[in-house]
Amino acid sequence: MKSKNDKLIKQSVLKAAKGLWMAFPMILGTVLLISFISAMVPKSFYTSVFSKNIFFDSLVGSLVGSISAGNPITSYIFGGEMLSHGVGLIAVTAFLVAWVTVGIIQLPAESAILGKKFALLRNFTAFVLAIVVAIVTVLILGVMV
Amino acid sequence: MKFKDKLKRLPGSWYFLFTIIIIYFLFSIFNQKIYLDSLDFFGQIIYKVIPIFVLVFVLMSLSNYFITPKFVMRHLSEKGFRKWFYVIVGGILSTGPIYMWYPLLAELRRRGLNYGLVACFLYNRAIKIPLLPLAILYFSWQYILVLCFVMIFMSVVQGVFLNKLMEVNK
Repeated sequence: MKSKNDKLIKQSVLKAAKGLWMAFPMILGTVLLISFISAMVPKSFYTSVFSKNIFFDSLVGSLVGSISAGNPITSYIFGGEMLSHGVGLIAVTAFLVAWVTVGIIQLPAESAILGKKFALLRNFTAFVLAIVVAIVTVLILGVMV
Repeated sequence: MKFKDKLKRLPGSWYFLFTIIIIYFLFSIFNQKIYLDSLDFFGQIIYKVIPIFVLVFVLMSLSNYFITPKFVMRHLSEKGFRKWFYVIVGGILSTGPIYMWYPLLAELRRRGLNYGLVACFLYNRAIKIPLLPLAILYFSWQYILVLCFVMIFMSVVQGVFLNKLMEVNK
């Protein structure tokens, strides 16, 4: 019984290590890329791309998040650095939410197993909801502050 | 030949990393200022996130140990409104790649789990408890708390909405 439990603990730790190792090149590459872009592009560029219009900014954030893929860790680092470069919280929130809820890359697998209509509708509604979640979250935070 | 085979088997993310390293190498030769500024910024980020990764690793190990597909499946078979609650909790606690869960969800669909509940489960997978320390480091705990609550609420909205849409489309 004890050896079975030990085996389970070992498996759980190994699975976690494997998960982080699989994400390692993408995380390291993203951090290197962010650092490079930060050195190359002035902060004023980001503030000029995002207009401070809540609908436009959240739409752009959701679009970028939808076509991006990878471990959510990468999205937190990327989103956090976007924020420090002057991009608004609504755009960053829409980006973070779309990154983890819209799955363009997994769409073929999702369609094949759960049905095409379901997969398309789920991803489309998740895209729209990323905008809604971003606006509602920032409004609530604005009220709280 | 063996080395070529090994290269072919490398995941795409490694090619991404190698490409970035090559760009750094080129800039170290042709534009040292940008190269050094980038390295300085890189060091700052790494210094900030390394301790958090240790915590993420511990939390990932714990969730792997306690939360298995069998555990989630057992609780998703509940009836009535409690089902929504278990679907939300199941989605939040589920680990591993999303595609791993598709066959299980398809099986639950055959057993009567409606499309809305499947969508709700998938939406809540976006909330990753082991990764929360890193998210809090970047965005503050108040922001993450509000975001999680709004996302859980919207997952139910999406579920209800999808049920209606799937009925219309039948």
